[in-house]
Amino acid sequence: MQLPAKMIHSLFLVNSSGDIFLEKHWKSVVSRSVCDYFFEAQERASEPENVPPVIPTPHHYLISVLRHRIYFVAVIQSEVPPLFVIEFLHRVVDTFQDYFGVCTEAAIKDNVVVVYELLEEMLDNGFPLATESNILKELIKPPTILRTVVNTITGSTNVGEQLPTGQLSVVPWRRTGVKYTNNEAYFDVVEEIDAIIDKSGSTITAEIQGVIDACVKLTGMPDLTLSFMNPRLLDDVSFHPCVRFKRWEAERILSFIPPDGNFRLLSYHVSCQNLVAIPVYVKHNITFREGSSQGRFELTLGPKQTMGKGLEAVLISSQLPRGVLNTNLNPSQGTYNFDPVTKLLSWDVGKINPQKLPSLKGSMSLQAGASKPDENPTINIQFKIQQSALSGLKVNRLDMYGEKYKPFKGIKYMTKAGKFQVRT
Amino acid sequence: ELTSYKSFVEQACIVHFLISFSPSRNEDLKEMLESNKESLKLEAMKRVVGLIAKGKNASELFPAVVKNVASKNIELKKLVYVYLVRYAEEQQDLALLSISTFQRALKDPNQLIRASALRVLSSIRVPIIVPIMMLAIKEAASDMSPYVRKTSAHAIQKLYSLDQDQKELLIEVIEKLLKDKSTLVAGSVVMAFEEVCPDRIDLIHKNYRKLCNLLVDVEEWGQVVIISMLTRYARTQFTSPWKEDGVFDEHNERAFYESDEEKTRDETEAKPYMMDPDHRLLLRNTKPLLQSRNTAVVMSVAQLYWHLAPKNEVSIVTKSLVRLLRSHREVQYIVLQNIATMSIQRKGMFEPYMKSFYVRSTDATHIKSLKLEILTSLANEANISTILREFQTYVKSQDKQFAAGTIQAIGRCATNISEVTDTCLNGLVLLLSNRDETVVAESVVVIRKLLQIQPTQHSDIIKHMAKLFDNITVPMARASILWLMGEYCERVPKIAPDVLRKMAKSFTSEEDIVKLQTVNLAAKLYLTNSKQTKLLTQYILNLGKYDQNYDIRDRTRFIRQLIVPNDKNGALSKYAHRILLAPKPAPVLESAYKDRDRYQLGTLSHTINTKASGYLELSDWPAVAPDQSVRNVEVIEPTVKSKPAKSSDDKFYSDSGEEEEKGSGSSSSEDGSSSSSSEESGSDAESHVQKNSSQTSEESDKSSSQSEKSSSESDSEKKERKTKTPLQKKTIFNEESWTYVTKQQHTKTIFVNVINQHSVLQTFSYSHWSTLCVSLFTQLCPLSLAFPLQLSGPAFVPEKSHDLLHRMTGKGLSAQYQFPRQPCLYQPTMVSVQISLTNTTDHPLEQIHIGDRSPTGLNIHCFNTIECLEPEASVTVFMGIDFNDSTQAANFQLCTKEDHFSVSIQPAIGELLLPITMTELDFRKEQGKLLGMNESSATITMAAENMTSQPISRPVATVANLGMVPSSQDNVHRFAGKTANSGAVVLVTVELRGESTALITINTEKSVMGSMLLRDLKLALAQA
Repeated sequence: MQLPAKMIHSLFLVNSSGDIFLEKHWKSVVSRSVCDYFFEAQERASEPENVPPVIPTPHHYLISVLRHRIYFVAVIQSEVPPLFVIEFLHRVVDTFQDYFGVCTEAAIKDNVVVVYELLEEMLDNGFPLATESNILKELIKPPTILRTVVNTITGSTNVGEQLPTGQLSVVPWRRTGVKYTNNEAYFDVVEEIDAIIDKSGSTITAEIQGVIDACVKLTGMPDLTLSFMNPRLLDDVSFHPCVRFKRWEAERILSFIPPDGNFRLLSYHVSCQNLVAIPVYVKHNITFREGSSQGRFELTLGPKQTMGKGLEAVLISSQLPRGVLNTNLNPSQGTYNFDPVTKLLSWDVGKINPQKLPSLKGSMSLQAGASKPDENPTINIQFKIQQSALSGLKVNRLDMYGEKYKPFKGIKYMTKAGKFQVRT
Repeated sequence: ELTSYKSFVEQACIVHFLISFSPSRNEDLKEMLESNKESLKLEAMKRVVGLIAKGKNASELFPAVVKNVASKNIELKKLVYVYLVRYAEEQQDLALLSISTFQRALKDPNQLIRASALRVLSSIRVPIIVPIMMLAIKEAASDMSPYVRKTSAHAIQKLYSLDQDQKELLIEVIEKLLKDKSTLVAGSVVMAFEEVCPDRIDLIHKNYRKLCNLLVDVEEWGQVVIISMLTRYARTQFTSPWKEDGVFDEHNERAFYESDEEKTRDETEAKPYMMDPDHRLLLRNTKPLLQSRNTAVVMSVAQLYWHLAPKNEVSIVTKSLVRLLRSHREVQYIVLQNIATMSIQRKGMFEPYMKSFYVRSTDATHIKSLKLEILTSLANEANISTILREFQTYVKSQDKQFAAGTIQAIGRCATNISEVTDTCLNGLVLLLSNRDETVVAESVVVIRKLLQIQPTQHSDIIKHMAKLFDNITVPMARASILWLMGEYCERVPKIAPDVLRKMAKSFTSEEDIVKLQTVNLAAKLYLTNSKQTKLLTQYILNLGKYDQNYDIRDRTRFIRQLIVPNDKNGALSKYAHRILLAPKPAPVLESAYKDRDRYQLGTLSHTINTKASGYLELSDWPAVAPDQSVRNVEVIEPTVKSKPAKSSDDKFYSDSGEEEEKGSGSSSSEDGSSSSSSEESGSDAESHVQKNSSQTSEESDKSSSQSEKSSSESDSEKKERKTKTPLQKKTIFNEESWTYVTKQQHTKTIFVNVINQHSVLQTFSYSHWSTLCVSLFTQLCPLSLAFPLQLSGPAFVPEKSHDLLHRMTGKGLSAQYQFPRQPCLYQPTMVSVQISLTNTTDHPLEQIHIGDRSPTGLNIHCFNTIECLEPEASVTVFMGIDFNDSTQAANFQLCTKEDHFSVSIQPAIGELLLPITMTELDFRKEQGKLLGMNESSATITMAAENMTSQPISRPVATVANLGMVPSSQDNVHRFAGKTANSGAVVLVTVELRGESTALITINTEKSVMGSMLLRDLKLALAQA
């Protein structure tokens, strides 16, 4: 008899039409009929997102994540922290994305051997083994066009000839023997603002979440320190494992030996206590009259407190009430689109010119005889502001120790809208 | 294009293959596998893996595949492994063919090949090879590569699930691996422990502290496993930190109406709770992990704090949990569930973050309802208006399920907070005219519950609902209104019969649940108002009698017997009034998460709210703490002899991933060569410390962290060092202070070695960074003094602390000081003093700092101003004082924002010294220079049993901060130190002269200090 083993037993990949297109078992095989329970839940859910992440079945537990319209369904046999599995599944997706550029059904099917090799290395007996991208890349080389061609002709392989020593070292996130002719380190400070704005335009809640993504291509074992002009802004932070925590505690300096390539160095949170400047305002007038089959729709956007930087890539979307049959709107710039089936209105505004504010005006036709909708739609806004971090966070300097060459350093700031909603 | 073409061809092949799963096709693959062209074999294997991935059967190919297990091509070999692991169970006999390959690979010089062989071997689920696996695991568990040992820990679980009879043997291996000091192994072996023998808590005792200390450096998945195991461990080994809180709270309440005097008396009576230092260690070492990027790690630390920390410390996890809400939808779901459970018990924890739980229209349904749940739990008198305003928006949501959920939430708020009950009720009544049926129905149900709680003043609401009755079609809502009418029919005497009349008309077309309530209403009205309703009731009872539903027929029959008087019915009808119109208890509106706390937070069982298989209960705190000493670890003997052997083994392997062992190997060989001279081995040990820390941070320029004295440096390294600027040195310093703290374990062992050389045996409670300070000190402040004055770590740090400021004189601020005996980092001439400040008042104290000092020239390095010290909080700060080699007290003022308190620190003479190491020869040489005036001596009487070396060194080390000097004579003990300010050498010799007398000699140019020290030593040794 086999005991119910802990951790991840099997993994099934399910596409949006409910087909299992890949399965992998780390222990004895679990029949794919176990996924029937998952399909049941999928049918019950009105939206793909509404499938519960944890589904108990008589003998197993199914824990799933949904990314890129693929469900990654892990089969568990006994008690394990659900976040452990969820976090791991997301790592798997991140790795696929890293390897294949996109994580789609087609990409996975095309690279099924690499996928299998990766999954084999990432879990041993259901317990995570190598999840660091740097180590995996040493074990299994990512497929590139050139390599595929060469492999086809010469019959050579994707599997690394050299065994990774990084796995054994105390800096498991960095591979050894890195060499570049151009040594460069780029850091992107990207902030997302989450906000809920109420009818009257006042802010109900607003907070800034930021990340520093790095792309470091440096030879050898560089030891970097990054300091901020105003580190006190950071209310809550989480680090890549390479960052020395005590140093941050004591001096508010990020000191680390970076992984090779792209990685997320830091994510941070700027507390709501510091007043957040909302960079955009929306004037709206959406009305439905009782008894009439017409509704008015007016929307005007404008920049606010953007510190002289322009708003770009502005995109408005809104779920209109079910009673709306169609719209007849006129955008002053950009293009708009209304899907009469899903009732989703989207308006691609583009850049906002402060001299000529973009607006979308017109009428909505409602179902005849239907009563007036109770609620006005919520408006979701996306935008970007280049060259500026909304919180005002500034990197002071970046220093390198441990290597002799002079690296090229670059830093970029950007602000984006996260979950930015205006209630009307 | 070529790629896409190729993948297309590949796809086409596979598809074709699948469609026509014909033997010929299989033959084709078989042929390819058996060909002698590597590329063909690989191609075939890739297709086979494609089959496996699709869940198709490829087991027939087993014989052809297994032949390639010994292939030289790594990718081919790996794909064969994939196949083997998948099908070995089904083809056991054939699988045995591959075993010898793995057995050979287990002996490979390359550690990665050894590990991979063990991995595959243990994954083949063939019972017949259990003995082979067992042997392989045992061997791998003592492999010198930590990576192979890690693999063996994984293999333990696999073997155990294959054959449970091996349990005892496996436990032995686990026990052995638990002792492993490598961070690589720790997570995996704890995982094996959890799987095989989670009840063998006794195996953890000796490894507890090590695991706590290693935790930060273990890989993230291992951290989760270790934390969850340590949570269970702590709940069996420590006493509850919560009880005291309860007592404390009571005090706070009492303080309002009891005099201070009584309060203090109470405090002294209450048995003080002392947290076990090991308990504290766990809490302290897990805290930094809250900053992890891995959400599972953060959650596991959060649950650890929730289950183990004193109540007032739990809230430090709040921020991190709220941060996780930014993560993926699935993470949000789990985190919100746990917050929901937490917020029921501890509202205050999440209240400041209330806005983070506001619902967005784009949230998934289960996220929305969880947020609603949490907002409801967080509601209190202060924030209810904000929450209700937010709820108003939700009620209008297009997602009607969610709107209905909001109405229930409003109902819960209304019952919990009596101030807003009326407001909520009025709001809900307004909703009754909503167009959406679900909303109306839910409102009716909630209103019914609310009215039941306080029915007296609400007859107009009942009337209003009666009016709406015609428009409401949802059965549950109609039933609720009917029930309300019946229950409170005396309050609406005119309307109720009219409603009954309408119901009599539509009875046949109603839903069952409405019919039942109609019968109930009829019965109740018959009892209270039979004049008006007698006929109606009888009509309804007649209709009910012939209803299709047997429930309704039953109920009708029962009611008829109960209320309609006839000759047969007896005893029961007398009580009809009491049966039907008994006052009913109001329903309690509770959170669905109310009882989830019976499961450990963060577990699967908590998420699904049922016990998952394999769930391990969290035990209650023991009433009395089990023996604490079980966790004490014996001092490790320095294994000088065994290590060089290992390092020679090491060279055998070409891939030198094992820096750890190399490091220790090479430095221990140095140890061996210089073991005769203690002075050198002292410095050796320091460089060892540095080596370890530099290794761990993978500092490439190791030379910089080498001690200046290290003679084994190559020329190039020396050059490198010369070019170093002071700035760089500073960075290195910071570097180390970081690594030091995270790598305590390494240093600790090393430290033990240092101490051993001084042959002072005791269990140490050093604050860890003392060694660090020493090594840095020697490194950063190039010694101006002569060669022998090599600083060493303190031999002993007395725990004794002295009162600096009593809480009575300090108006609630109490301060204590002690001498940590570390070289002062601020200035080498200073003595460092550790001050712990405690706020015993009930309000925070602000801006604690050091004010005026006297004598005014007194050189003090103050600690940074403490901005705020919360009530009951304490903080430890370090300051440096230059006592100028005298025992004159340092007087200064300790100031808070409001007050100034004059305090003074008077050092014992022994605290003004710093220990140094030197050889016996040097000691004699130095002693020779300090004779005559510079020598003071005395003879004392001691008890005979104290004449061995250990009890002598102990009291001497207690009195004065001196280093041991190894001695060739058994009866002579030598100690050396230097004064902090002037750096004058102080030499102490204790010579035992049989017959319980001893001669103490002190040689120093500071003769005053010498005689004072002599006096102190006499006192201490006579006592001993």
